[in-house]
Amino acid sequence: MTTATVPLPAGPLRSASTFFYRRPAFYLALLLVPPLLWFGTVYLGSLLALLANSFYAIDEFTAKIVYVPTLATLTQVVTQPAHRDIIFRTLLMAVTVTMACAVIALPIATYMARYASVRMKALFYVGVMLPMWMSYLVKVYAWRLILAKQGILSWLLDSVGLNGALDTLLQTPGIGGPSLSSSYIGMFIVFVYMWLPYMILPLAAALERVPESLLQASADLGARPGQTFRNVILPLALPGLAAGSVFTFSLTLGDYIIPSVVGAPGYFIGMMVYQQQGTAGNIPLAAAFSVVPIVLIVMYLSLAKRAGAFDAL
Amino acid sequence: MPAIEFRDVSRFYGDVRAVDRVSLSIAPGEFFAMLGPSGSGKTTCLRLVAGFETPDNGTVLLDGKDVTAQPPYERDVNTVFQDYALFPHMSVLENVAYGLRVRGRPRAEQRSRAQEMLELVKLGSMGDRRPAQLSGGQRQRVSLARALINQPRVLLLDEPLGALDLKLREEMQIELRNLQRRLGITFVFVTHDQGEALSMADRVAVFNQGRIEQLDTPRALYTRPATPFVARFVGGANVAEGELAQRLSGSPAAFAVRAENVRVVERGASQNWRAIPFRSLPNLQEAMSCSGTVVDFQYHGATSRWQVKLDSGEMFSASSIEAENASSPSPGAAVTLLWSRTDAVPLVGWAVTEREWRANSAKPNDSRSEPGEA
Amino acid sequence: MRSSQRSGKRSGERHGKGKSWNKPSRGARIAAFAGLAFMHLPVLVIVLYAFTTADRTYEFPPPGLTLHWFAAAFARSDIWAALRLSLAVAALATVFSIVLGSLTALAMWRSRFWGKEGITFLLVLPIALPGIVTGIALLTAIKTARLELGFWTIVAGHTTFCIVIVYNNVVARLRRLPPSWLEASMDLGADGWQTFRYIVLPQMATALLAGGMLAFALSFDEIIVTLFTAGHDPTLPIWFFNELFRPRERPITNVVAVIVMVVTFIPILLAYYLTRSAPDET
Repeated sequence: MTTATVPLPAGPLRSASTFFYRRPAFYLALLLVPPLLWFGTVYLGSLLALLANSFYAIDEFTAKIVYVPTLATLTQVVTQPAHRDIIFRTLLMAVTVTMACAVIALPIATYMARYASVRMKALFYVGVMLPMWMSYLVKVYAWRLILAKQGILSWLLDSVGLNGALDTLLQTPGIGGPSLSSSYIGMFIVFVYMWLPYMILPLAAALERVPESLLQASADLGARPGQTFRNVILPLALPGLAAGSVFTFSLTLGDYIIPSVVGAPGYFIGMMVYQQQGTAGNIPLAAAFSVVPIVLIVMYLSLAKRAGAFDAL
Repeated sequence: MPAIEFRDVSRFYGDVRAVDRVSLSIAPGEFFAMLGPSGSGKTTCLRLVAGFETPDNGTVLLDGKDVTAQPPYERDVNTVFQDYALFPHMSVLENVAYGLRVRGRPRAEQRSRAQEMLELVKLGSMGDRRPAQLSGGQRQRVSLARALINQPRVLLLDEPLGALDLKLREEMQIELRNLQRRLGITFVFVTHDQGEALSMADRVAVFNQGRIEQLDTPRALYTRPATPFVARFVGGANVAEGELAQRLSGSPAAFAVRAENVRVVERGASQNWRAIPFRSLPNLQEAMSCSGTVVDFQYHGATSRWQVKLDSGEMFSASSIEAENASSPSPGAAVTLLWSRTDAVPLVGWAVTEREWRANSAKPNDSRSEPGEA
Repeated sequence: MRSSQRSGKRSGERHGKGKSWNKPSRGARIAAFAGLAFMHLPVLVIVLYAFTTADRTYEFPPPGLTLHWFAAAFARSDIWAALRLSLAVAALATVFSIVLGSLTALAMWRSRFWGKEGITFLLVLPIALPGIVTGIALLTAIKTARLELGFWTIVAGHTTFCIVIVYNNVVARLRRLPPSWLEASMDLGADGWQTFRYIVLPQMATALLAGGMLAFALSFDEIIVTLFTAGHDPTLPIWFFNELFRPRERPITNVVAVIVMVVTFIPILLAYYLTRSAPDET
């Protein structure tokens, strides 16, 4: 057999390749500069502009932005009673929605992760992901139809004879409203529906990671299924719960569409932001208002991190 | 002109010295083995030859040329990977032809040469299959064919036989050896199995903690280990060091004695050594002995092996062939171990020559030839 | 609905599971499937309403079924205009995010460098922060730079959060690529560029496609940020949003909802199947 080796090609691409092979830093720079440039200018720049604007104020007489740094707008957001109502209302909704999602998601996620056969599991995963990716507006609109005065839900309740109960519910101050589709409880239902997949998926993933041997050990040591669930599964599922709660919390906190479409008269943070930058043209106030969810979410994230949410994401 | 040469090569990962000032030279056409436990640096050295790693110190030369800064695609070296690394989205034939494809050879040439190589490894009919459809042994041959198509001067093999079962492994050992003789190119292969290294290679470098402890022919490594590590790792020999060595040989320098040269005698049995059915023992004054208790006895069919815990605490092993095993002391028995002085091999890597050692133990020098050294 | 699920779970546990703790009780199974059905029913409702004959109310059950509204919707030129805009924006945003997302994935896949975690954090930020924050931030920046709101501002916003979608898909696929394949390729004589073309790109292709499809679906459907960055011409979701507050021609809105669902449904399913079939592992 001949020992002559096949010659290697040469060319500019090859020399460029060798150049980058010897200098991995250059290669990294080449790859990262375009996306970082984009992100830096478009996204980070916008965030900085937003933050900057929250330190400006609007002149009450000319309705123009005064470019003088001041804390007036920010303090206005946290001190004015009307504004504090808004923040409190939004926060309360976010917390209750998160809790409700957790409760509903638990049985579904547990079934999906631990009990379903392989085919069922795939079906469930697709079944949960599909609504998550379906059009947001379409889902909100669907609920508007369902909750409407002559819609499905009232028809259902009517045929069961619970119409009276519904009316009483709607009379309740604080959660009621003129109709289901413009009440806090209606909003609550829609929020829970929308964010349910975001809670189910991380929870199911965390539950799946619980090794079977732990459950066997627990049963072996004499625990009933309920005790095993409470003492072994639930604590280990906590990171998944925390991860899911990050989504439900922050999504509810910042949403402005659902309160407008299915909402009661009371304002939410998102609506304030939307309204202030639109008709009122008060961008500093809008910016100041949007700082609130950022701060709240960061605080929540640090709480969730301690519960192990980041390992479950 | 050596095919591969390392001059004082080092490679660090943070504080860890994966390769620590290694120098070696491999002759063209040699079947060379790098042997050692995991983490000893042998695989890193292989990768340094291939170009997947760059040394932090020292030079790597191929055919006398300094290739330290050359990327792997510029080196005249090809590798057979431990996990075969076959490209799943190409057929077997396309995998083998890859080396020619990236050199821009015409399609027809790619196909015919690839087919040739497949025939060489006896897989001529498998060209159209996908790697996933092949067995482990077949995939290994494909990666071999793929690595040889460029007719490299050097072929590197990274633990090539590790994933194969025993029978397949033995077959492949013979085939690789024959292949290498036919092609006449330099083979360098990495393994942690000393049996493999000893049976296939012309010379073996024994690695430990980033350094080469001994580089020698298989026979020399086995009969004349230079350090305690080599004695234990390659030969499975017993090593006497420090106090034990002093007591047994009169010199503190370490020495090794292979298990098959150690006889086990139950204490309290007849003191007539002739009654022992082993190969004849030289007279008592030429024997070293120590006492201990049998801890374990293993029957391997052709041979049997004892693990004996010496009274001084060390673990020694003795082995014998089936034919010589009439009565064997069982675990718990108190025994005496005996071996001839000439079977004790001083570990001359320990800064003492064999002559000095023999002189110290006050025995006549034996006239065996000196081993070759790295 | 909720209470029945809760009691279903409890009753399942109380009645014991017999020999195996891994056999789901009937209560648990009912609860799980009920939950799954709950998640899908509302959308089916919309499809039903697209065929109703009633044009002013949301009454249920629908008085009759007809295809009339589909025809009416197809006749509306404003719907077509909004659809065209949405498709164009989605297409462009997808292309940009594919390029930028792949570049980032290739850089981050195997390298270890200072600032790597910072970049991952940065990429996730557009999705982690509420849409309203992203929206108002972009609007503020646009107004400060005195740019005009329109096609390009929408594309810019969409690209920014589509990048992370492509990035996640591609980087997950790349991480499953054994480094020995790249070494083998270079060992056989292929330089970096050839290795990319022959080995990395074919492996990356499905993930790239899947990420692109998800990005397309996300962009097509986007409303929250788009409301801030759009100019006079509405995208389809914006058109839809405006219609929500108008009392007339409700069933046409339903038809458009069905259209939006179908257009986003297809790429999502495709993306799912692309990532599911892990094609080649030796």
